[in-house]
Amino acid sequence: MSKVFFIDTTRCTGCRGCQVACKQWHDLPAEATQNRGTFENPPDLSFSTYKLVRMREMETNGKLKWLFFPEQCRHCIDPPCLETAGDEEAIYQDEKTGAVIFTANTKNLFADEIIESCPYNIPRKAADGTLAKCDMCNDRVTNGLLPACVQTCHTGSMNFGDREQMTALAEQRLAQVRKKQKNASLVDADSVNVIYLIAEAPFDYHEFVTASAGAHGVTRHMALRKMVRPFTRALRQLA
Amino acid sequence: MTNHWIDIKNSDCILIMGSNAAENHPISFKYVTEAMEKGATLINVDPRFTRTSSKADIYASLRSGSDIAFLGGMIKYILDNKRYSEEYVALYTNAPFIVGKKYGFKNGLFSGYEKMPEGPSLGKYDKSQWAFDMDKNGVPKMDRKLKHKRSVFQLLKKHYSRYDFKTVSMITGTPEADLKRIYDTYSATGERGKAGTIMYAMGWTQHTTGTQNIRTMAIIQLLLGNMGMAGGGVNALRGESNVQGSTDHCLLWHIWPGYLKTARASNTSLAAYNEKWTPVSKDPLSANWWQNYPKYSVSMLKSFFGEKANAANEFGYQWLPKVDDGAVYSWFDIFDAMYKEKMKGFFAWGMNPACSGANAGKNRTAMGKLDWMVNVNLFDNETGSFWKGPGMNPASIKTEVFMLPACVSVEKEGSITNSGRWMQWRYQGPKPLGNSRPDGDIILALGEKIKELYRDGGVFHEPIVNLKWDYETGGAYDPHKVAKEINGYFVKDVTIKGKNFKKGTLVPSFAFLQADGSTSSGNWLYCNSYTEKGNMAARRGQKDAVNNIGLYPEFAWCWPVNRRIIYNRASVDAKGVPWDRKDWVVYFKGEEKDGKYVSRKWLGDVPDGGWYPLQNPDGSWRDDAKHPFIMRKHGHAQIFGPGRADGPFPEHYEPLECPVEKNYLNPQMVNPTAAVYSSDADAHATCDPRFPYVGTTYRVSEHWQTGLMTRTQSWLMEMQPQVFVEMSEELARLKGIQNGERVNVSSARGQLECSAIVTKRFKPFKMGDLVVHQVGIPWHYGWRWPSTGKEESANLLTPAAGDPNTRIPETKAFMVNVTKL
Repeated sequence: MSKVFFIDTTRCTGCRGCQVACKQWHDLPAEATQNRGTFENPPDLSFSTYKLVRMREMETNGKLKWLFFPEQCRHCIDPPCLETAGDEEAIYQDEKTGAVIFTANTKNLFADEIIESCPYNIPRKAADGTLAKCDMCNDRVTNGLLPACVQTCHTGSMNFGDREQMTALAEQRLAQVRKKQKNASLVDADSVNVIYLIAEAPFDYHEFVTASAGAHGVTRHMALRKMVRPFTRALRQLA
Repeated sequence: MTNHWIDIKNSDCILIMGSNAAENHPISFKYVTEAMEKGATLINVDPRFTRTSSKADIYASLRSGSDIAFLGGMIKYILDNKRYSEEYVALYTNAPFIVGKKYGFKNGLFSGYEKMPEGPSLGKYDKSQWAFDMDKNGVPKMDRKLKHKRSVFQLLKKHYSRYDFKTVSMITGTPEADLKRIYDTYSATGERGKAGTIMYAMGWTQHTTGTQNIRTMAIIQLLLGNMGMAGGGVNALRGESNVQGSTDHCLLWHIWPGYLKTARASNTSLAAYNEKWTPVSKDPLSANWWQNYPKYSVSMLKSFFGEKANAANEFGYQWLPKVDDGAVYSWFDIFDAMYKEKMKGFFAWGMNPACSGANAGKNRTAMGKLDWMVNVNLFDNETGSFWKGPGMNPASIKTEVFMLPACVSVEKEGSITNSGRWMQWRYQGPKPLGNSRPDGDIILALGEKIKELYRDGGVFHEPIVNLKWDYETGGAYDPHKVAKEINGYFVKDVTIKGKNFKKGTLVPSFAFLQADGSTSSGNWLYCNSYTEKGNMAARRGQKDAVNNIGLYPEFAWCWPVNRRIIYNRASVDAKGVPWDRKDWVVYFKGEEKDGKYVSRKWLGDVPDGGWYPLQNPDGSWRDDAKHPFIMRKHGHAQIFGPGRADGPFPEHYEPLECPVEKNYLNPQMVNPTAAVYSSDADAHATCDPRFPYVGTTYRVSEHWQTGLMTRTQSWLMEMQPQVFVEMSEELARLKGIQNGERVNVSSARGQLECSAIVTKRFKPFKMGDLVVHQVGIPWHYGWRWPSTGKEESANLLTPAAGDPNTRIPETKAFMVNVTKL
């Protein structure tokens, strides 16, 4: 049975402990940033930033909201990136945990194509084209530990466990939150292993909260590509 | 905290005001969240919409420095709408006490006021004019029906009758509808069985009215019967993990360990000292716990001087320094004296006054007037390197600076005492790096060296040579020896309360301390923390108490005597039955015979004294009971507080620097007893067109204190790389400022460059017809790091002015200007 994150944004205080814990466990370098007139930093996910808390201010009917969205890879059940890559040496799914793992061999893929295939706009490339993103702390998880971001979360916003357990928790929290916040919903719960509970419309949090239309699942376009892949790969090796 | 962190989960209504718990005490939100999921309402009041506000059911803004007006309005609302818990107020507080005829309040001044033109205090009160009327036995006269014209209750009503919605809204800038909703929601906790709590921090304390901000809330909590209750209390969120411990052990000048008083010059003998500070109550129902004062002071002297302290030499009392009567030796006064070249040497120990002190520019200049300075810290900082800082000419600075590297907390063994008064023992993790050493080792070595230098005599060498200084084991500082010393020993074989104790054994609790020199205790409040049963602070038992409210009495240890919720005997009615039957704290379960209690037994938390409740089950009053507020002379909680420097009732005064020309509640603009310093480095500007906007300082989750431990941490700098100034969209438009651009922020004292964060989270305040803008700046930065040297301390802007009771600086409300670069 796959492992699932349940991320309850209604409990998130935007402390960003998860963002730092991720960098710490993966030993990722800090980026040189500037204050851009917001607390949100670095400005985007990157080859060395797998987790980023998005922060949005929203005012409706005179009531202000400050929404936090700890963004990360959704570890899709049928990952379009994996499908697109078609190279298990570069992108594979761990059978035990369901983690979608990018290896150093992603350097050999068409990076932009992989990025484009992601309905949540997650993967980022290094200068040499290697791709990186959240790995579910698969090394921790397969050794019986929680992912670093979950371990550090003190409010119960970040949760992790077996699918059955997490979906039950998600449903229970949804019912509770809906008593106060009518628009609350679970995002793409059936197709991903990272289920978010949000209380407002997805776009209020961030552009890529739900799967972007057309990109989700294996499209005709993608299937076609899969067919011609051996040729393109051969061509690339020639070059 | 009167309560503790976990206890927040028991609350029915949480008011977060004067703190930003989600950002600055993030772990507290574990318990806030738990309470909310059980149905608690979260109210947040803050000048700025914060990460805390984002989680609140109700948010309202108020102008910095107007908290007493806001809370005074709540007092009026509670009284007008009879939301108070009448039984609790009449029985447990001093509301029924009759105040003497000399008391008065007119034109913003209480009776007995006298101006002090010499400063730094603006004035002082003759507090004897606020005394209670006493009966012929010397017990305060009371009217338990609360009707007497001069009863505290009626005076309270009168005092806050002026705090109507309109006036309060004019002052705070909070819309009347928001005030009403918050007053109504919070005061619902006055109902029997309900509890509301307050989580506050420096947003309340750092004002010229800081102490009275807390007092106003304490009055509300007493009116609503929330003191002593699970999920209630008055809870200060400390700004550092061991601030509570350092205060308990007398970090501040005016107290000795355990909140004993620092001796005044006029306390010419130990007997005179003890007599002066030991309160006397003639009420047989008042425990008046401080009557034990001499036991604690003598035990402390025995701990300091060991065998050298005896009755003949007043246990070494004359060896301790006395402070001049009326003089103040606070942080402000230290730097003022330094600035005026009255100090030669200075230890900056675990501090960074070049960034953390109000009016930091003055502090930096002052340090240049020293002969020497010792900087004890983890890393070099803006203080140790002040001489090469911005605007300094190293060639003209004579101060010799020594750096003693201290190791970090996880590299040493010892205890910390958290906000909830829990003393928690920590084992040593990694060994100290390089030449760094635990603070204890540094102090020990320093003491040994000084003792060696005075061994053959010197000016007033007795205190030094006689100081007991045996805290090493195998050549290193031994934290266990210090912890045991703090707890205290029997220093001879004694029999106390029918029990025999051998010389050299640890004292089981402060109830056994003696004033005859037979016991020692470095801090009576911690007596019971390290006993013959072991190191109580190192316990890690996970079992909850019988009432199952999260007291966890076997986890660590808490003062006093492991009592997790203080004033807990106010959580029961006169018969000892909890007001709240579900989340009860203590419960009297003594045996009953013919309507009378015949044996004593309390369940739950360690009660505030194990006496009988005031009443028997049949309603008859007992003469062997005690009032529940045992630390107060008269056993009652003080709604009327005649001990405060600035008045027995809190009154709204404007900050020293404010945007309004008028105080709408009284003709006094500023707290008439505030401490205001006036060297040439202490400019102040109120209602001055050069500085039209209210400024405040605060923290962010991503940095800590002056940033010494966080600004060098790249992952944290990635998230908060630069000092910023937050402002409303309206103010940004007015000044033509774009989001993210660098701007200049200035006050009468200094200026710094900041990145502008233009946000909906700050809104202009509407105070009647006047529109007031406020901005805010985090104080975590300093020129030393990041290496650009451009991210400077917000304390370059803040004023050296403070509260008359504590001298805490007014860094939460001052006036600034913001301009494009």
